[in-house]
Amino acid sequence: MQERTQKIRETARELLGQGKVDCVLGYTQGSIPMRARPFFATTPDEVDQLCWTGFCTGNLAKLLIGRTDRVAIVAQGCVSRNIVGLIQEGQVVRDHVVVIGVPCLGMLEYRKIEARLPGKDVHEVLEVGDNVTVSGPGFEEVIPRNFIKRDNCTTCMHRNPVISDVLVAEAVDETAGGDLEKVAAPWESFDAAKRWEAFNATFSTCIRCYSCRDACPLCYCHVCFVDESQPQWCGKTQDAADVDTFHILRAFHCAGRCTDCGACESACPMGIKMRRMTSKIEKDVRKLYGYEPGMDVNAKPPMTVFQPNDPEDFVK
Amino acid sequence: MTDKVLSKKQMGSFVEKILEQKDVFAPIMQDKSLVWGAVTSADDMIWDFTNTDLSPKDAFFPQSECLMHCTGCNDHDGETPQGSIFQAEPLLARERVLFNVRPCDARAFWLLDQIFCQDELTHDVYWADKRAKTTLVGLACNDPCSTCFCTSMQCGPHHEEGLDILLVDVGDAFLVRVLTIKGESLAASLPEADQDSVQRAVGCKEHAEKTLAPGPCTDHLASSDVLSLFNAPFWEKVAASCLNCGTCTFCCPTCHCFDIQDEIQGEVSRRVRNWDSCMSWLFTQHASGHNPHNTKMDRVRQRFMHKFSYIPTRRKGAFGCVGCGRCVRLCPVNIDVREVVRLMDDFAANMPIPS
Repeated sequence: MQERTQKIRETARELLGQGKVDCVLGYTQGSIPMRARPFFATTPDEVDQLCWTGFCTGNLAKLLIGRTDRVAIVAQGCVSRNIVGLIQEGQVVRDHVVVIGVPCLGMLEYRKIEARLPGKDVHEVLEVGDNVTVSGPGFEEVIPRNFIKRDNCTTCMHRNPVISDVLVAEAVDETAGGDLEKVAAPWESFDAAKRWEAFNATFSTCIRCYSCRDACPLCYCHVCFVDESQPQWCGKTQDAADVDTFHILRAFHCAGRCTDCGACESACPMGIKMRRMTSKIEKDVRKLYGYEPGMDVNAKPPMTVFQPNDPEDFVK
Repeated sequence: MTDKVLSKKQMGSFVEKILEQKDVFAPIMQDKSLVWGAVTSADDMIWDFTNTDLSPKDAFFPQSECLMHCTGCNDHDGETPQGSIFQAEPLLARERVLFNVRPCDARAFWLLDQIFCQDELTHDVYWADKRAKTTLVGLACNDPCSTCFCTSMQCGPHHEEGLDILLVDVGDAFLVRVLTIKGESLAASLPEADQDSVQRAVGCKEHAEKTLAPGPCTDHLASSDVLSLFNAPFWEKVAASCLNCGTCTFCCPTCHCFDIQDEIQGEVSRRVRNWDSCMSWLFTQHASGHNPHNTKMDRVRQRFMHKFSYIPTRRKGAFGCVGCGRCVRLCPVNIDVREVVRLMDDFAANMPIPS
């Protein structure tokens, strides 16, 4: 991690020093342990605040949307795929962006660390190789990285950036090793009634803060359907009908676009597993359309095109 | 009011006795999460915790609350035409006790009492009814966590404002600090505290205050010029990484903004009040199309100005923050309120005094 941080800083210093970009969008150390904060470095003096840790769990592509300046962005595999998606969808101009690519070792889930150390106040986390050393007053615990990775990072299929102008480390194994097919499997095995029950249970603790939507680089509508007021499509209450409407529609809007970056789950203050829904959509898009989102700027996203040989009758 | 004592062994029967007459709520474990919920015995209660992710404000100000309803938009019986006349919702049927409220959350209730019930004309019956029928039993923090900064926010780990009783864990017993008449009636059966327990509670308080990391200085905020602070240069930087989600406002014990919606389904309609958030652009969207908080920066600034400038200006210097640290822990992009307060206070300290 330290090497990646150093190389990100070197690259940022060079890009800003030579006036090639107006800012470098990366992460800085959070104000508390196990957090990182998105950070815009605008001068060479600020680059030493940039860092790379397992807690860089947001999706920086989100903060690229709408910027008109020249931005260098730090991007691991999933984030680079979202940049590709934004280029495909006309939200980002490739030539305005410098991608500082980070071959990714998988991001960490602070809740998993806390769950392993109940009642302990974590002060420091050191990531070295396959292990993570977590310490605080009166304890030091060495945990294998794989045990505390975010769920989506265990089944990641593209850990290396798909586009980059600079790479800050040697390429890593392309996949994380987990079985992506298994993520949606439990849901596929349920009948409709049981699946509905499971959806309701999954979202029962939702407080509708919309952090899942607001962390997601796919969500950039000028007015989100839940914020439409003339007419109002979606109720505002905590009734299951209103809460589920939001989550189900949001998931469908991600079809053929979601890179399984996990930013929604990382952002959720209630620890809701949004991927229970998006994983099935991801699988369907892969199996039915042979498409993986964000791999190729020239590809046409499946939900935007029609093919004469489409097997469905209703589109003919 | 007197100090009483309750041995830990007797907690079960103490709670059992309360349950005969009142509903009891406390932080409990549900699906591996610590949440506020109803308890059926003291065994459900958790005693070793820092705080819940969400504040207990939901007990008085539910996230969605039906304010009134009407039925019979069409009259079928033909005899008693009702039209669409709204009916009041039933008031709280049974008295309640909230157990193990942290002092920061109680201070938030103290503040919200002043906002929901300001005078005869501004008297929120929904808030007032639940408050009147609820007794608050606090649990002092003996081991505050590293994101707590209550002592910077006119509060503290053993703060008493807003509570009816404060429990202090003094080892094998709780010191029961009776603070109001409501508290007195709840603790009527308990024996008076011995000097040893009182002394140990003092020690716990000193230890807790010492454990707290130094919080931000707020000395210059109260006297600062509102407009200068509003126009301070740091807001863009503070807001740069913000996603404008509502996490900070929804987990906050003092955020209290709401949106009122009328809903009709079939022949039943209802008026519902739902939590709203100043982080949302829709919150301030005018019917004209104008939006006074049109940018992300406007909205981020609003939240901090409201807590640390507007509320203190209206409420004799009281901050709209109690230092619970929830937003510090839960913000998806780690915007740390303590850093923002430091920026505001530093700016206020160097602010020219308006002539």
